[in-house]
Amino acid sequence: MKVPFSWLKEYVEIDISARELEEKLFSCGFEVEELIDLGKDVENVVVGRIEACEKHPDADRLTVCTVDCGELGKRQIVTAATNVFAGARVPVALDGATVKHEGGVQKIKTGKLRGVVSEGMFCSGEELGINDDFYEGAEVNGILILDMGTPLGVDIRPIVGIDDYIFDIAVTANRPDCQSIYGMAREVAAVLKKPLKRLVETDFHPVSTDVKFSVEVKEPKLCPLYVGSYVKDVKIGVSPRWMRRRLALMGLRSVNNVVDITNYVLLEVGQPMHAFDRKFLHGDKIVVRRAEEGEKIVTLDEKEFTLHPDNLLICDGERPVALAGIMGGLNSEIKGDTTEVFLEAAVFARDSVRKTSRALGQRSDSSARFEKGVYEIFPWMAMTRALILMEELGCGTPTKCTAVGNLNSPSEYGGIAPKMIETTYEKIDGLLGIHVPKEEVYDILKRLGFGVTDMGASFSVSVPLERGDIDGWPDLAEEVIRMYGYEHIRPTFLENASVTHGGLTPAQKQELHFKETLVGEGYSEACGYSFYSEKDLDLLRLPADAPERRAIRIKNPLGEDLSVMRTILAPTMLQNVVRNVRRGNDSGRLFELANVYIADMLPLEMLPEERKHVSIALWGEGDFFDLKGAVEAVGEAFGLRFGYERGERPFLHPGISARIKLGEREVGWIGELHPAIAEGLALERRVCLCELDYAAVSAKFRKGISFTPVPKFPDVQRDLAVVVDEGVTCAELEACILHACKAAKRAELFDVYRDARLGAGKKSVALHITFAPDPAADKPISPETADGFFNKIVSNLRRCLGAELR
Amino acid sequence: MDDTEKMVEEATAEAERAESSRALYEVKMKFLGRTGKVTALLKSMKDLAAEHRPAFGKRVNAVRERLEEMFSSFEQRVKERELEAKLSSEQIDVTMPAKRRSKGALHPITRTRMELIDIFSGMGFEVFEGPEIENEHYNFTALNTPPDHPARDMQDTFYITDEFLLRTQTSAGQIRFMEKREPPFKMLSPGRVFRSDDDATHSPMFYQMEGLVVDRGVTMCDLQGMLDEFARTMFASTSKTRLRPSYFPFTEPSVEVDVSCAACGGAGCALCKGTGWIEVLGAGMVNRRVLENCGVDPDEFTGFAFGMGIERIAMLKYGIGHIRSFTENDVRFLEQFKD
Repeated sequence: MKVPFSWLKEYVEIDISARELEEKLFSCGFEVEELIDLGKDVENVVVGRIEACEKHPDADRLTVCTVDCGELGKRQIVTAATNVFAGARVPVALDGATVKHEGGVQKIKTGKLRGVVSEGMFCSGEELGINDDFYEGAEVNGILILDMGTPLGVDIRPIVGIDDYIFDIAVTANRPDCQSIYGMAREVAAVLKKPLKRLVETDFHPVSTDVKFSVEVKEPKLCPLYVGSYVKDVKIGVSPRWMRRRLALMGLRSVNNVVDITNYVLLEVGQPMHAFDRKFLHGDKIVVRRAEEGEKIVTLDEKEFTLHPDNLLICDGERPVALAGIMGGLNSEIKGDTTEVFLEAAVFARDSVRKTSRALGQRSDSSARFEKGVYEIFPWMAMTRALILMEELGCGTPTKCTAVGNLNSPSEYGGIAPKMIETTYEKIDGLLGIHVPKEEVYDILKRLGFGVTDMGASFSVSVPLERGDIDGWPDLAEEVIRMYGYEHIRPTFLENASVTHGGLTPAQKQELHFKETLVGEGYSEACGYSFYSEKDLDLLRLPADAPERRAIRIKNPLGEDLSVMRTILAPTMLQNVVRNVRRGNDSGRLFELANVYIADMLPLEMLPEERKHVSIALWGEGDFFDLKGAVEAVGEAFGLRFGYERGERPFLHPGISARIKLGEREVGWIGELHPAIAEGLALERRVCLCELDYAAVSAKFRKGISFTPVPKFPDVQRDLAVVVDEGVTCAELEACILHACKAAKRAELFDVYRDARLGAGKKSVALHITFAPDPAADKPISPETADGFFNKIVSNLRRCLGAELR
Repeated sequence: MDDTEKMVEEATAEAERAESSRALYEVKMKFLGRTGKVTALLKSMKDLAAEHRPAFGKRVNAVRERLEEMFSSFEQRVKERELEAKLSSEQIDVTMPAKRRSKGALHPITRTRMELIDIFSGMGFEVFEGPEIENEHYNFTALNTPPDHPARDMQDTFYITDEFLLRTQTSAGQIRFMEKREPPFKMLSPGRVFRSDDDATHSPMFYQMEGLVVDRGVTMCDLQGMLDEFARTMFASTSKTRLRPSYFPFTEPSVEVDVSCAACGGAGCALCKGTGWIEVLGAGMVNRRVLENCGVDPDEFTGFAFGMGIERIAMLKYGIGHIRSFTENDVRFLEQFKD
């Protein structure tokens, strides 16, 4: 909310600087996001009177002027402007001055122009940062010519009205009452402990009329209140300077006196208003209704919209004349020849205005204001204020013809019953934890416009009608402390509270341990968005019926790229790899542990399952087996024995890919990225990916460590080399060995050898076998016993896998 | 000089010439070995007359002892020399790289999150994680934000259907926790949250951590006391907090909490934009309606809640300038967080 300092001062006597006020506002809950000093860029510019103008001796386009700057003396200034003349009073930027220039600041120095000394510069309105609404003539092409009576030698800023500050205030969503100058003035008065001037000091004098307007609200929920008033004898003209300047300070251009009044009231009171030309309102009738499907309206800015029943319309007896709360229709616009006006001040449901505004892509100051919320007191305040201004500015004559639609309150302005709250001083103190003196509580609430009745230990308040946010005693506690000051809060440490036991759950601890295990293996933790694009699944060549395609879609995504909730982490990981490689990180190791979202039914009818997955990747250095090492490290850390089976995935190298199993259950996959996909992504070096269903894996984590006594005697090792068919896997050999002999604890492959002499389709595989003695045994494994184990293994290998000892 | 003396002399001379322990051994064997000269002398004793044998034997044995002593002293010298040579030849460049596999790093968000959990679990907070896809009730309505409430505009929400949405705040977890648990309790709810906002300072997904304390007689002073403790542990032992009024639908009163700038100690610097304070979190006394919505009697229990952005804390803690860095996953960024 932008609030000009000078405008605030109209309602509150402010005797502190803008900076000081900024701090006061900050302490009571209004952060000033920016304090704009309007005249900051215009320094050392004064009023001067041109005494003489002569042609520049060497340049046809330049004029050499002598200018009288009063007490500051005379200056010679060379100008290219053509609208200067002897006797004109103009802004003179002296040596060392600054002015605005093309969005920045320009410094002015004495210099020579084509050999003639120029001791400064004349300024245009643009160079002072003003337009016609600030000062007449500011927009002429040339130098700003000031009024004849302007005193010489004085600072230009107060003359053109830029000796002012604008507070850009962050107003929280619960305070729509502060979305106006007067609303902010109320807060300022309270925090400065100054009286607030009444918005309406005088009254207007409505005249009788034969004109009768009727208002019919067909959608009372979307339009809780509609107030209209007929004004006659309207004379369209220019608004007074003070009003034009204020509108200009707020970034609005003056249109004409009637439109300006509606805009002015919007800013001052925070109530959007609209003025219709009565002669275009058929039947002197207003109907507030939903649009019919396909109905059209052309708004003031000459845009045509095709409407939907969600859109609320203001209609006359026959047709739409405004898009409710957003913009008036072109068909009933105020024009130069308007002589009668129907003014509207209404409450429209914020949600309805927002939806229509978004759906149509049509925004206005009015719609922005309605979206923040308008209370029912506002139309009454606004209408009164607008009618007073109409009368004051000689813009029209208010009449007794006021038409109200959907009136819930027993009577008009002031008749709405205020909310009452009764509470105790003790409750307020109890919540805050400090004692606020009774007189302070009373005084603060009074200053904020509450009616307060002290009843000893308790008190009751009537809530100001514009404070719809207040609905219980904790709200009063907040009002008290924000005005009393948060610096009064004394930090304590739960003096009365119970002892509670904190910390992570076992599952949360395991998750951290899981991550740390991968970190120990050289993998860094990545963090990816929970959503991606359908195209990412295309990239993985997942078929249309793949379960990963059953993804939850976001209704209003930021874009297609972030529109689908993840069902698999691999696409994000692949993007990480691509991004790293493009940035010159030729090798790396990453993992991510995050949720995938699995819908039982689409569209969602219940909360989906959020299932933790872990994605692991390496690229550049390392291969399938390095990545497999990460999985094995997890197995080791959590007491799991993963099984691996050849298994293809559309995005993995068909020969270098596996299913990962725990017992019979498939819990993930691992493999090298399909070379065709890698090529498509310009990945020249090998990329290996793995994804585990963390939820399934963690369910099988070893529950604590169980100790078995260490055997008294050492393990015995034997090496074995056998020739087998190419198709026999390491896992098969291992299983066969361990199955053959109970004492065999481990069988670890250490060499694979291929040679023509072994025969076609054959390979030699060498393994270390470790025999462990029974912990209860009273003697070591003898060489003879070990030989016996070995022979048993060899014969089992021969029988099961056709293996021959080498 | 008799033969034996000559032999000692000869052996000593040869031993002196021996450069290596191998050569010395050969010399030793030449005299003392099975086929050595001293052995030969002993063997020749059988050719002597019996009465001469004891004297001869004594002499030869004396020679052997002298030779053994001599060789052992030479052996020691040679070994020392050899060790010296070996040591000097085996000098390495100790600055050459070590043999190990480099570790990875936990993500800075995980690190920060763990640090926060550590601080608060020490104060008795348990950790609760709610779902990321929420329904409207838990994300808004139960948090005193009914449909059409202005606060719904404060957050741009990603919707799945009219009912289901991506949670915009970890506060949603508050309600689920309170429905299950009877006060008193202290809980912490960290996790991913989502808002349809994507620019230089906003990411559509980020992490929050919500804290909630419900007990008898909990006050605003307790809130500040706890946050002071948090700031001192997380930032600097001299850190202070400042409360200023704000608005959240689920707390009343609501405050923004600033922490004194750890970079300048509150004097004002570029980090705190000259104010001496850094906005770190939002907090407040739990709104009575929220307690009621969860079946907690607001006349018996009061509570406070606070919520912070984990990225924001991490950015302050590590001096990270861009929120994007957290999701780009550049290994050069991530690997700086090893420990």
